[in-house]
Amino acid sequence: MLSRVAHSIYWLNRYVERAENIARFIDVNLNLLLDSPTVMTQQWEPIVSTTGDRPLFKSRYGDATADNVIQFLTFDQAYPNSILSCLTAARENARSVREVISSEMWEQVNLFYLMVKEASQQRHLTLTQLPSFFAEVKTASHLFAGVMDATMSHNEGWHFGRVGRLLERADKTARILDVKYFILLPSPSDVGTALDELQWIALLKSASGYEMYRKRQRLISPDGIANFLILDREFPRSIAYCLLQAERSMHEISSTTLGSWNNSAERSLGKVRSELDFITIEEIIQQGLHEFLDHIQTQLNCVGASIFETFFALEPVG
Amino acid sequence: MQFQHYDPGDFYDELFVAKGEPRPEAAVLIERINGLTMNELQQRQNAAQNALFKVGVTFNVYSDNEGTERILPFDIIPRILPLREWEILEKGLKQRIQALNLFLDDIYGEQKILKDKVIPRELVESATGFLKPCIGLKPPQGIWCHITGTDLVRDRSGAWYVLEDNMRCPSGVSYVLENRRVMKTTFPLVFNKMSIRAVDDYASKLLETLLNLAPTGFPDPTVVVLTPGIYNSAYFEHSFLAQQMGVELVEGRDLTIVDGYLQMRTTKGLKRVDVVYRRIDDDFIDPVAFRPDSLLGIPGLMEVYRAGRVALANALGTGIADDKVIYAYVPQMIKYYLGEDQLLANVPTYLCWEADQQSHVLANLDKLVVKSADESGGYGMLVGPHATQAEREDFAGRIRANPRKYIAQPTLNLSRVPTLFENQIDGCHVDLRPYILYGKEIYINPGGLTRVALKKGSLVVNSSQGGGSKDTWVVAESVPGQSQNQSQNQSQNQSQNQSQS
Repeated sequence: MLSRVAHSIYWLNRYVERAENIARFIDVNLNLLLDSPTVMTQQWEPIVSTTGDRPLFKSRYGDATADNVIQFLTFDQAYPNSILSCLTAARENARSVREVISSEMWEQVNLFYLMVKEASQQRHLTLTQLPSFFAEVKTASHLFAGVMDATMSHNEGWHFGRVGRLLERADKTARILDVKYFILLPSPSDVGTALDELQWIALLKSASGYEMYRKRQRLISPDGIANFLILDREFPRSIAYCLLQAERSMHEISSTTLGSWNNSAERSLGKVRSELDFITIEEIIQQGLHEFLDHIQTQLNCVGASIFETFFALEPVG
Repeated sequence: MQFQHYDPGDFYDELFVAKGEPRPEAAVLIERINGLTMNELQQRQNAAQNALFKVGVTFNVYSDNEGTERILPFDIIPRILPLREWEILEKGLKQRIQALNLFLDDIYGEQKILKDKVIPRELVESATGFLKPCIGLKPPQGIWCHITGTDLVRDRSGAWYVLEDNMRCPSGVSYVLENRRVMKTTFPLVFNKMSIRAVDDYASKLLETLLNLAPTGFPDPTVVVLTPGIYNSAYFEHSFLAQQMGVELVEGRDLTIVDGYLQMRTTKGLKRVDVVYRRIDDDFIDPVAFRPDSLLGIPGLMEVYRAGRVALANALGTGIADDKVIYAYVPQMIKYYLGEDQLLANVPTYLCWEADQQSHVLANLDKLVVKSADESGGYGMLVGPHATQAEREDFAGRIRANPRKYIAQPTLNLSRVPTLFENQIDGCHVDLRPYILYGKEIYINPGGLTRVALKKGSLVVNSSQGGGSKDTWVVAESVPGQSQNQSQNQSQNQSQNQSQS
């Protein structure tokens, strides 16, 4: 398969997954606000912080008001990670590999893009329209993944797409979990109160994890939720699960046996996956949840870089 | 009765002999359309357009940044060609392609036709499409123009003319295939009743044509389609054809020359490429041999090509035949190479570089169409009768300054086809571009792309100038009683679906 084509399928999937997760970020906050006591000021700053693009936001928008943050993350064409920008990029990538992916996949990306584009042209989405818009974004992303699974041969290109999607998801689950770190409770003594618990529930819901979590752990506790979203081996949005599956796909691509490695992409991915295999939630909490999540994000960036070097940036010999 | 008020007027109409009198081969269709309300017709038109937009059968418009993709406007009323007429066109086109191919092989080889002074040498050598680096090239099987999309028109009398030969990278065949797919769902009953020649084998024929070129000695040759990239106006088509043939779509940056062969960069290392269907112009294909500023091409390709280690379709240098001055000599070529009279006429053409013809052109600018010899797509032309005095003077100046660059032709009253507008059906001018493949033998896809000028009264059908397209049906006239489709005997053959108990 052409390196450029593999690269495009990989990014097509990353961008679609990214758009979905941005929707999840905003959704968790909208949820939180509705549950918060009225005296509490709206907290939009944490969302911006978790994206890692806070300086850019500050320089362009200033105050982290609801309108500003939603505009920035959803429809800002100048911000490369806004939902609209992600879809534009996803579609460009899909367009450049249309002959390789299935027509159904192309149609789904195209419709997804048109849907977001149309929403961006209605000048202002109201508070009642927003939740349904973000729900549509999530559904469209799920549809894309489903269509890809059901209509494209599970060949090399498909595995590259899957690696892209799963790495992106792992990274974003880490960031969603990190939102709670940045959210301030009215006072430190509120830790463990009903409000605190509500926030954790909202967070779980934004990762579509509430119901599955209940089946697994029953009681809502910060450690339990962190454990679930980081280390659960069955929940499809947990970091460990994503990395496990991504590694399988990568080994399908290179035909290297699992448990060994032949290139830097396999090695770096295997390294972070195996770290999650044997760590416990207690150890994570001990070194600090936020610090650990930060560390995972850095590792995932390394994986991305080595995938690029190994498969996409192939230079001619001589 | 949608056609109750339709009047073909003083034009050759492709579907009507006269008001209220459809051509025999169109009768079934006209009857069907008359049975639909305007609303129903509009609905079908919208459904067809949506189907095309949804799969992204789009083209990009140059210099239009906002939303660069549009679909080529599609009209659901097809153009119908009776089979007997099509067979005449087919013969004429085959003759023409053969002669043009011999011409290309000759002028980049022995140049007999120049030595015998059938065509003036200076005309060939001054053509921008004549590429000196191609002299001495020996493409496989002596075939230069593997894919051609000849533009045909017919005038008021119904007579056919060749307008342009398009021997470089003719586009539009994807519309033929996609339009047909959509039309089958738009008028299924009509398709059932008429025997319309199928177009679907184009991709298989194209692949055969390309495989025919592969350098011998390598099993399982690799064919690719080379595109300038997603911002090219015909990108959809490049991608579509690669997909339909099941071959890789590559860009210049995917390719490199290593060990004297053309290779593509894959996730598993380099892989040799044997045949390139290139949709990049000659000038851009190799920055070493041609334009050094080209970022689209592959440095060093020309050398590999010359050594016969990769085949290109079309061959490099075919652009000379698209020069409108050279075009005027095609009848002489046919005579010279084949010893035959041409079957399909050229549009009468005045060559401005000949003094007496030039003065005729300058005296009749208000009646003629002036075209630049080396431009296409409706650019660089003057439609005399529709131009202002200032525009005509501007062109007169250009002609005097550079007579070699201009030709003039009479304004043809192109034939028309009924076309659906918001509340009515109007006649619109059309041309026809059949697609011709030159492989082991010459194959012509039945029908071709009918381009239609959607601006009222306009004669310009180019997609870049507000044109649209129609499906083209080659139809056998006498339609025998249709036999029933065989249906599956359900009670015997079909096993029941299992259901949840």
